[in-house]
Amino acid sequence: MAVRPRIKLDKKEAKKGDIVEVKALVSHVMESGQRRDNAGKTIPRKILNKFTCTVNGKQVFAADFEPAVSANPYIQFKFRAEESGPVVLTWVDDDGTQIVGQDSIKVI
Amino acid sequence: MISRRELLQVAAATAAVLPVGFRHVLAQQRLTQAELLRFDAVGNVTLIHVADIHAQLKPVLFREPSINLGVGEVRGLVPHVTGRAFLDLYKIAPGSAAAYALTSEDFTALAKTYGRIGGLDRIATTVKAIRAERGERTLLLDSGDTWQNSYTSLVTKGQDMVDCMALLKPDAMTGHWEFTLGAKRVKELVDNLGFAFLAQNIRDTEWDEPAFEAMKMFERGGVKIAVIGQALPYTAIANPRWMIPTWSFGIRENDLRANVEKARKAGAELVVLLSHNGFDVDRKLAARVPGIDVILAGHTHDALPQAVKVGKTLLIASGSHGKFVSRLDLDVRGGEVKDFRYKLIPMFADAIAPDPEMAAKIASIRAPHEKMLGEVIGRTETLLYRRGNFNGTLDDVICDALLAERDSEIALSPGFRWGNSLLPGQDIVREDIYNATALTYPAAYRMTMTGARLKEIVEDVADNIFHPDPYYQQGGDMVRVGGVGYTIDIGKPIGQRISGMTLLRTGRPIEAGKEYTVSGWASVNEGTEGPPIWDVVMRHIEKKRVVAPKDAGHIRVLGA
Amino acid sequence: MTTIFNRRQALAVGAGAAGAVVFGASSRVALAKNDHAEVIQKFTGGKTPVEGRVKLDMPEIAENGNTVPMTVMVESPMTAQSHVTDVLVVADGNPRSPVVTFHFSPASGVAEANTRIRLVATQNIIAVAKMNDGSFYSTKKEVKVTIGGCGG
Repeated sequence: MAVRPRIKLDKKEAKKGDIVEVKALVSHVMESGQRRDNAGKTIPRKILNKFTCTVNGKQVFAADFEPAVSANPYIQFKFRAEESGPVVLTWVDDDGTQIVGQDSIKVI
Repeated sequence: MISRRELLQVAAATAAVLPVGFRHVLAQQRLTQAELLRFDAVGNVTLIHVADIHAQLKPVLFREPSINLGVGEVRGLVPHVTGRAFLDLYKIAPGSAAAYALTSEDFTALAKTYGRIGGLDRIATTVKAIRAERGERTLLLDSGDTWQNSYTSLVTKGQDMVDCMALLKPDAMTGHWEFTLGAKRVKELVDNLGFAFLAQNIRDTEWDEPAFEAMKMFERGGVKIAVIGQALPYTAIANPRWMIPTWSFGIRENDLRANVEKARKAGAELVVLLSHNGFDVDRKLAARVPGIDVILAGHTHDALPQAVKVGKTLLIASGSHGKFVSRLDLDVRGGEVKDFRYKLIPMFADAIAPDPEMAAKIASIRAPHEKMLGEVIGRTETLLYRRGNFNGTLDDVICDALLAERDSEIALSPGFRWGNSLLPGQDIVREDIYNATALTYPAAYRMTMTGARLKEIVEDVADNIFHPDPYYQQGGDMVRVGGVGYTIDIGKPIGQRISGMTLLRTGRPIEAGKEYTVSGWASVNEGTEGPPIWDVVMRHIEKKRVVAPKDAGHIRVLGA
Repeated sequence: MTTIFNRRQALAVGAGAAGAVVFGASSRVALAKNDHAEVIQKFTGGKTPVEGRVKLDMPEIAENGNTVPMTVMVESPMTAQSHVTDVLVVADGNPRSPVVTFHFSPASGVAEANTRIRLVATQNIIAVAKMNDGSFYSTKKEVKVTIGGCGG
């Protein structure tokens, strides 16, 4: 089942040059690869390792996550409103799959 | 029989037959309501402050600490001054009413002379008197720890205190033990409070957004006043986080700085921090966050008869258990405090008349339980007290009860700062035990633990008290231990403070790899099992009939 | 509950067997230092970062070592001429030191990001910012991970 991230922008409309704050939460176990199961076997690592945010196709922020990032990762950052368009958030899993969420900003 | 009130007057009148030191003091003593409340008003604003009442509706015997050590920059500074040094510092005569109210000196003897202090009905009388004098210049603020730690507050889930405090008509409060009622109950009470519950330092754990109102603006005496609330920063660590899983606390100094700026921009001429930080944290914060005029402190239960000034900020510490009401008159002009006058007013129960309305309310709340609470279960031959950095005799009784009733080698009792005192020869009634143990997570657990783990716990708690940076302190006292002794060097870092841990029963050192049976209570972990601690303690006292704990000398303190 | 560190689980099991659980999260005497110094060296190409311009906003004492809020901010005009490009965050007491790397550009407007991290023990968190002119700045913050349970 596709994971649906939750995204909050502190404003839907901004004047050109305004700072917009983005908060996002996504469900993921962020298995560190350092835990053992009951049989003493290492549980394989499975984390979201890369996050990017584009606004109208242009990257405004990105992050590389390590296993020390908590389960159900939370990310908060800002961007400068330059043009209207979709705000696309993408998380990349160790297994290559992607989780994508979208909102939009209108520059007035 | 001579009444206490008469006795007080006799004490004053017979001063001439007492030794010189006492005579002087008692000659000056006039323990009357008029004298206690007398105040030469100043300025245009009066702040009335109460803190850490811990649900004590009735007057109490409460011995202030004999040991309250400070480390790092606050070493030797108030509130880390106790006993005789405290009397000397504030020029208080030994044997005086003030000495009794503010220190542990001659506590047993002076308690017999001066009696109980506190009671919400005496507080009501005082608040009404100040309001009558100062009218709309007054603001009544409560630093929290109001709704929990008595029998009636436990069984009514804080409703008794909410209803009684409502009669006082406070303007705002903040909290700490309130949160041990659980998130749902706190929300329910806060939503129906009728006044502001302020906490700028609580955010939701999901979206990191404010969970409570941070600030409220008032206008008193023509002065715009911003009151900012600060709950205990370490509530989710010191108390069960599982009861409030969606709230995150912390000092949040940056948020506070922003809130102070916001208050000033909104036109505040006086900025008050209603705090449950603990005094050392407030002292540090006052030096780092500009623009706060007054910090009304709480949490660490310090009763200081004078305001402490840090830069331009006044710090007020109003004691605990309803023993005191603080009155702070301020002359605020041009957005600045030009002058102030302060009095820490002790609520001598035999001198201040109970407010009839509040007294009736308290009586009605207690009526269904009064008989049970008054049942005598035993007697103490020695003074029972809790407050102090290390063990106290009251916790010695609790630890003895745990050792015996939970069949363990070692007992742990949390270093709470609430819990009343009992005098030598005094009957122990059920209420006395509830006043020392009433909380919402009372299970008296029993488990095995290695010596290494035990030391780790004691080291950890020691660091929460003696970390040289107050921002890393939690504000309780040391975990109290039974069945084991140790040496602590408070000046050392974590991992190196505790040495010489010894199992008292055998006199042998605690071995890191060996398992010990350990009992305790008030675990912050969900699902902790065991009988309620009050049952354990009452059963023990009922069997023994008489307790007589003395300082066992099993804790040696270095670096003080 | 998810955690990368199994010590707390081991404790919970051990205590559970005895019918009760004491206190909260596992405490820690700091572990032997990890490879954080090398990780920073690699990030800076051997340059020593200057202290300043970077701020770490974190609780002094963690409420839950599995999810500790962390905000990093860097003073910068964030213009094409002068901006932050990357911020590396490492923890000197975790079994593995790297935590997260944030990538900024002038389009970020402000060099500020917040996430939640796992801390196994009391330790220092170190943030190192790389500027577009090749200079590096850093700060560090001690976060205590405690057993708790005795306040009040």
